[in-house]
Amino acid sequence: MLPIQPSPRRKAIAAWFQDRLAWDSVREFIAHKTVPVHSGTIWYAFGGITLFLFVIQVVTGILLLVYYRPTPSEAYESVQFIVTRVAFGWLIRSIHIWSANLLILSAFVHMISVAFLHAYRKPRELVWLSGIVLLALALGFGFSGYLLPWNTISFFATKVGTDMATFIPWMGSTVGRYLRGGDAVGGATLTRFFGFHVAVLPALTSLFLLFHLGLVQKFGISTPPWVEKRSRGAGTRPPQMPFFPDFFLHELMVWYGALALLGILAAVFPWELGQKADAFASAPAGIRPEWYFLAPFYTLKLIPGHVAGMEGEVVGLLGFGLLAFWWAALPFWGARPDGTVRSKLVTGGAVAFLAYLSTFSLLGYLR
Amino acid sequence: MKYALLLLLLAAARLPGKDSCLECHSQMTGDLQAPASAFQSSVHFQHGFTCADCHGGDPNSDDPDASMSKAHGFAGVPPRTAVPKLCARCHSNPNFMRKYNPSERVDQNAEYATSVHGQHLAKGDAAVATCIDCHGIHDIRAARDPLSPVYPLNLPKTCAHCHADAAHMAPYKIPTNQYADYLKSVHWEELSKRGDLSAPNCATCHGNHGAKPPAVSSVAAVCGTCHVFEEQLFDKSPHQPAFAAMSAGTCVVCHSNHAILKTSDQLLGGKNAVCGECHDPDSAGGKTAAQAAGLIQDLQSRIAAADAILEQARTSGIEVSEAILRQTDARQNLVKARANVHAFAIQAVSQPVQAGLAIAAEDYRAGEAALKEKNIRRMGLATSLAAILVTMAGLWLIIRWLHSART
Repeated sequence: MLPIQPSPRRKAIAAWFQDRLAWDSVREFIAHKTVPVHSGTIWYAFGGITLFLFVIQVVTGILLLVYYRPTPSEAYESVQFIVTRVAFGWLIRSIHIWSANLLILSAFVHMISVAFLHAYRKPRELVWLSGIVLLALALGFGFSGYLLPWNTISFFATKVGTDMATFIPWMGSTVGRYLRGGDAVGGATLTRFFGFHVAVLPALTSLFLLFHLGLVQKFGISTPPWVEKRSRGAGTRPPQMPFFPDFFLHELMVWYGALALLGILAAVFPWELGQKADAFASAPAGIRPEWYFLAPFYTLKLIPGHVAGMEGEVVGLLGFGLLAFWWAALPFWGARPDGTVRSKLVTGGAVAFLAYLSTFSLLGYLR
Repeated sequence: MKYALLLLLLAAARLPGKDSCLECHSQMTGDLQAPASAFQSSVHFQHGFTCADCHGGDPNSDDPDASMSKAHGFAGVPPRTAVPKLCARCHSNPNFMRKYNPSERVDQNAEYATSVHGQHLAKGDAAVATCIDCHGIHDIRAARDPLSPVYPLNLPKTCAHCHADAAHMAPYKIPTNQYADYLKSVHWEELSKRGDLSAPNCATCHGNHGAKPPAVSSVAAVCGTCHVFEEQLFDKSPHQPAFAAMSAGTCVVCHSNHAILKTSDQLLGGKNAVCGECHDPDSAGGKTAAQAAGLIQDLQSRIAAADAILEQARTSGIEVSEAILRQTDARQNLVKARANVHAFAIQAVSQPVQAGLAIAAEDYRAGEAALKEKNIRRMGLATSLAAILVTMAGLWLIIRWLHSART
């Protein structure tokens, strides 16, 4: 069979774009980009899934913005209007919330898999650190977005959350007042949380995301040390697959899978709106934060009121700060200056970190 | 008067903080020590009163012969018949009471004189209740103190102390089942289980210091102090003149007096219907009762049906909070219809029932629409999932084709 020859007209159009975009270089880059093939290749998919869910967040968030009104007197009613009157409004809102939850889960899995695959080591320290910042920004999205429907649960969860911020040593009251826009959660809190959610956090996330993805492109996808060692022993190059179309098609399949899961969750378990927030009502019994804040929430519950002359909450926040710092500094304590990894130390630390998060989240949920 | 003046002079003359009665009796045992212990938990002790303020004597003297001498006005245990006047020395004196509570009532003794208790006491019957029988003797607490025998939760038992005692009540020829009946009532349920201290206790209907059974003609007015709407409807109803002519006790004819049970629609229709006790089923009154019962039951079942379908929709994830909120209006109409029964006219019941039925029907339709929406969503999901799976299968085939083309 003769190969299909492009028509002269099509060639001319391609040449016109080539002169202006120089896309041959992009095609060249993509054609030579490869992805390591080994037993852990599947874990590479979670970075892509997180990116895919972020795009869904942006699209559905923009659609919700069309009707949402960020004032205490209108926020709840506008969300109610979206889910009851706007065509497919319920679906957009439900997808937005479920995809936010899946995004955080996927980002967690991506982070843990990077630790286990030792992909944080030189020269990818900044990829790891920017990833940690992106996860923190995702949690910020979750915290700020939770208040926006202005329902009872979100109101009191924000009250508890911003109360916790006041225990930050030296600057707690300033941080608390800044977050709330006053001494208590109210209209000012809603307005600034809305601002954080739709302007500040997206801008920061876009910057760090570009930085993160740019570095991934620059250094390529990391090959685990044991695969490199095995290849060196065999005198071969670690096995690779072309990024395009092989890995891209695999990734596309996974994205479709994520989309199917998202569709099932959004349609079968639409997120309930609950009751409108009432600042004068008492907090509902058994109130607890979103699942991704359960571990610190439960830990704080276990810490006594006073420890070594300090308030329990202050001790807890200092502990979380140290834990987060220790985890963020993984590239610096998890690898030696010569680039080799402290495999047992990192694996043990990651397992302990994972065990703490999962156990305390479960206990916090069951409490 | 002379006795009272003497006591006041003695009280004024005592050394500040000195109370030899309390000092000695606190060190004694048994019956002589008990009043001293009890007095220290009383509201009088908290306000600085001493034993001598009621019993007389000289609290400044440590010599029992001197402190409890008649010369110093010691009166010992006051006779029961003298108790109301003894308490009234302070409690009926507005100038005196103002120092402790400017809004405190000072008409208790005057009211007591009009009560059945007071009237019997005036005739020399010392077995009737006086102040100390309800409020305690030495350990008198403020009425708002939960340990006070006249605190709302404790008052029924305090009254029952005498009124449930058959031997005590025998000379007065009055029944002793009131307390047992009251414990079955919806009023006691509200008071004891739901902790509503404003729920009626004995004093709410009978009065406290002026306790007396309400006259037949005033029963509706007594019940109407809380059940205002029902009283107004009853007063305009055909039952009002009929009951008045029969000297029947209005509300108690249908609802009883002490054993007032939680009302239900069974009072109107059914085996235990109270209407049937006077009205034949075929009479106009019997037909009205049956019709009213039917209307109310219909509204109740329609509200329940709407509730059920809305709950089904809600648990399916469909937003139906507006319809659920609207159900409150339907329920309010049900409550109104039940209250309007006291007008004993079918029009009064029918009006709120029709309004409630319209709301319940609208909410039921909202529930049906929500369930239909749920099915549409499920269909949409199934179609989308099928399209996604077909695409994924296509991608998998392309990947396989790429691999086989390379090898």
